Amino acid sequence: MTLWGAPMGDQVPRTVTITGIRQETPTIRSFSFDSPFEFAAGQFVMVWVPGVDEVPMALSSANSITVQKVGDATTALFSLNTSDRIGIRGPFGNGFFQGEKMLAIAGGVGAAPLLPLARGDRAMTFLLGARTETELLFVDQLDECTDLQIATDDGSLGVQGFVTALFDDLNFGAYDRIVVCGPELMMRAVLGKVAEIGIEHRTEFTLHRYMKCGVGLCGSCCIDPSGLRVCRDGPVISGDLLIKSEFGQYMRDASGRKQKI
Amino acid sequence: MVSIRPGPVNVGGIQTPNHLLLAAGILGTTGASLARMLSYGAGAVVTKSIGPEPKDGHAGPCLAILDDGVLNAMGLPNPSKDFVEEISPLKGKPVIASIYGGNPEEFAMVAEWFRGSAAAIELNLSCPHAEGYGAAVGSDPHLVEACTLAVSRLGMPTWVKLTPNVTDITAIGKAAERGGASAIVAINTVKAMRISTGLRRPVLGNRYGGLSGKAIFPVAVRCVYELYESCHIPIIGCGGVSSADNVLEMMMAGAVAVEIGSAVYSDVRVFETIARTLYADDGVPAHDLVGCAHG
Repeated sequence: MTLWGAPMGDQVPRTVTITGIRQETPTIRSFSFDSPFEFAAGQFVMVWVPGVDEVPMALSSANSITVQKVGDATTALFSLNTSDRIGIRGPFGNGFFQGEKMLAIAGGVGAAPLLPLARGDRAMTFLLGARTETELLFVDQLDECTDLQIATDDGSLGVQGFVTALFDDLNFGAYDRIVVCGPELMMRAVLGKVAEIGIEHRTEFTLHRYMKCGVGLCGSCCIDPSGLRVCRDGPVISGDLLIKSEFGQYMRDASGRKQKI
Repeated sequence: MVSIRPGPVNVGGIQTPNHLLLAAGILGTTGASLARMLSYGAGAVVTKSIGPEPKDGHAGPCLAILDDGVLNAMGLPNPSKDFVEEISPLKGKPVIASIYGGNPEEFAMVAEWFRGSAAAIELNLSCPHAEGYGAAVGSDPHLVEACTLAVSRLGMPTWVKLTPNVTDITAIGKAAERGGASAIVAINTVKAMRISTGLRRPVLGNRYGGLSGKAIFPVAVRCVYELYESCHIPIIGCGGVSSADNVLEMMMAGAVAVEIGSAVYSDVRVFETIARTLYADDGVPAHDLVGCAHG
């Protein structure tokens, strides 16, 4: 934590040039850029698409973001080409607490912040889920560096169902840390499972909330009832802090109004 | 450094346990977040500004941390009337509802929503980057007087937060006083801009924004000093306060209390941090210091 009185330091967005665009799935692309960021897996950056908006994104490597097309900013990002420029602030927030024997659980584009753990040989087992086979992210890369187990909603590859369908054959006692990123209802289901076994305190979830400042000042991403700031106290938050919370129930929109999940 | 004797403080019609209040726009979007800041030692908390209609705010970037301050243009995002329910669990706590409107009628309507749930109302007549609101209203003394009167006549303690982006802040302060304000809060952010040299465009989505933090502390001290010379109602100092010595300086300029915002960036427990240095049982009464740099 930065101490009071420490210099703030100029953090206007850093300009980077897009050097590569890779179509990962029909809806997901990775954008790599010319300069790397020092970061811990799980941290995020604020990505500025000039003239459009700025949105939080996980780093999928030191010099890439992996993005699903979901709104105005990501649609605008998908219209960019190599040699176009974007602005980046960050990295922000806290990364995953890393263990010796880690289990990673990802759904959809949630595999993005978990990839660096796997590539760094930190994930002993990796559960990967998606709607369908073509939407599975990073299958080849993950297969190279971890014990990859797959679930798809439609059963087109691996076990049919949510990633939680893979739990029955899993020995949770074999892992010292569990890290999770994916759709919130999937993560809530994982939280229910790990709480049942009593290991929620060594399971971390990556939260997604509407963010404006990214640095813990504006309060737009605070969660109930703790008031924890997802951008600064998170985005990685320990399961025991989420059990009695809004997690899986609702989140707030840009105006601060509650929206059911 | 001189210390202040701890104890309850009367600030513009409300009582708070200390002189250190959370400024509007900082961690004031949810009731839980405001409760957290109270639990971290804020003497009172001012909410995010609430207006007559829900607003999403400006497109990003909305904020940049600078060497010595914070540049932001949030664009008054707020859930409007839904916010009453948001702060209802805090009933009885020192929560000040910051409100904005485009005219006296809108100010009165929004203030009325918070009757019974907020301890006081703070009029945002000073946001430098929202068209038709904030400083657009707050730089006109007649409008300031009319908006203040529309709220003060409702009988709730009424604070008026001033913009420094005017030629003579005392003219605005006197207008608030004539309108029946219980206190003046000085200052809101200083209108500012940074440009990304890499992208050749202003850094903020709204282009213009407001500067807060240490960089504007001298401006804030000057404004409080000028207002103390020309107004009779209490002044709450705001703008770059980040240390116990800054609090003393604001008091010497004429402030009865301070609001703290950007300093939360470096230390979310800044209220406790400052209080540890500021207060001592053998300290002087705060009123011995207020305005002592005048004369």
